[in-house]
Amino acid sequence: MTNIMTIKNLKKNYHTLEGEIEAVRDFSLVVKKGEFIVIVGPSGCGKSTILSILCGLENKYDGSIEYNSNNKPVIGYMLQQDTLFPWRTILNNALLGLEITKQLTKEKKKNTINLLEKYGLGDFINHYPSSLSGGMRQRVALIRTLAINPDILLLDEPFSYLDSQMRLAVSDDVYKIIKNEKKTVIMVTHDLAEAISMADKIIVLTKRPAKIKNIYNINLNNRGSPIENRKAKEFANYYEKIWKDLDIHV
Amino acid sequence: MYSMNQALYLKKIRREKKIISIIQLFIFIMFIAIWEVLARFNFINSFLFSSPSMVIKTLVSLHNSNDLYQHIFITIYETVISFSLATIIGLIIASLFWWNNFIAKIVEPYLTILNSLPKVALGPIIIIWVGANSNSIILMALLISTFITIINLHDSFTNYDEIKIKLLKSFQASKVDIFFKAILRGSLPNIISALKINVSLSLIGVIMGELLVSQKGIGYLIMYGSQVFNLNLIITSIILLGLISYIMYYLICYIEKKIVQ
Repeated sequence: MTNIMTIKNLKKNYHTLEGEIEAVRDFSLVVKKGEFIVIVGPSGCGKSTILSILCGLENKYDGSIEYNSNNKPVIGYMLQQDTLFPWRTILNNALLGLEITKQLTKEKKKNTINLLEKYGLGDFINHYPSSLSGGMRQRVALIRTLAINPDILLLDEPFSYLDSQMRLAVSDDVYKIIKNEKKTVIMVTHDLAEAISMADKIIVLTKRPAKIKNIYNINLNNRGSPIENRKAKEFANYYEKIWKDLDIHV
Repeated sequence: MYSMNQALYLKKIRREKKIISIIQLFIFIMFIAIWEVLARFNFINSFLFSSPSMVIKTLVSLHNSNDLYQHIFITIYETVISFSLATIIGLIIASLFWWNNFIAKIVEPYLTILNSLPKVALGPIIIIWVGANSNSIILMALLISTFITIINLHDSFTNYDEIKIKLLKSFQASKVDIFFKAILRGSLPNIISALKINVSLSLIGVIMGELLVSQKGIGYLIMYGSQVFNLNLIITSIILLGLISYIMYYLICYIEKKIVQ
């Protein structure tokens, strides 16, 4: 697999009136094409900060981010909440990214409609978000991100606003879509089971300032969908190791 | 189509609605009737408190002298002008403040002073500066409603859902995009509630202005009535005013419904 992004010694400090906060220290990572990387760490450790930097929301940081191609890859960002705009129809919500990046052509619109149809939203194209279930809304949010055809997808706790049963179903759903579209993913979560069931590689971070504590390549027998992966015999083993790494005390 | 219980439920809701309307109408009729009876039998002095029949007589005579509609028209005209201007100016300045937070921070204390100052105190100065005409009335109404519009809308703009803005920024959205695609549309409910407030504030301003300077309008009728001690005229004008403000408010609610759909 080819590398598409190399992060070297990333460092980020925040300034507040109370003082300087070191959010990320010395974070390095090589991202390969098609990989599903999950970052886990204690809450508030600076996981989301890393994603914010990668997608360009934060411009001030130390360290370097290099891409192994001539032009910068397109990066799609999916947030905790579905953040659909209630006054836009499902189709117009899905087209938002194309609209803002000024690449809304007839062809791309058609592609987006195809995506919506392919993933079971064809009947809802002209509906408003309020008439959709939480899982469907999250699917629309994913398609909105996929519509700009990103090379790398960043998922920031994408299921944290769903209840625990929906969470399983939706993560399965999202995983299938992402694998189907052959995307490279960096996901942040605090749910270890979710991380192990979806990831090729798990990065465990320390408490703030976030440093890499450990990296696990997840090798499960009979790899399948995330829900199936939870039954793998190696699952508990990984869970225990990562849990120890996190070193969480009440 | 419906189950038995659903039908019963719907019936109950409709019944309640009907009863409310009936009671509202009953209160209105009783009020008019008692007022008329008290005046007829001299329990109250109809010279000071007027009576429904005298109000109607006054209305008819105003209608016959062709003055009625002119006065109503001029008051509505001044209110609509100042209310639209206040909303537009408020919207533009609030947008500017959202665009440049630095300016907003500088201006904030001045805005607070201007907003809390009782504008009626400015009446005499406005008349001297602008003249005793419609313009000073409109300016008065504008002063009353513009500052609060700016404050409310700016508040609504700056408190808009941050996560949606983050989403737009992740697509590298420009500030213009963020404003028009999220902030402005998302603040529509607040803009409409600003309209509702502005209708009544503008009307207050207009009547205040008319009391001070004008030759026409409902405020003028009230002022004139008090000068010639014609309380029928004053009470009739107040009733007209109530009707006008109710209708205008209702129109905004109607527009709100249309937009929400």
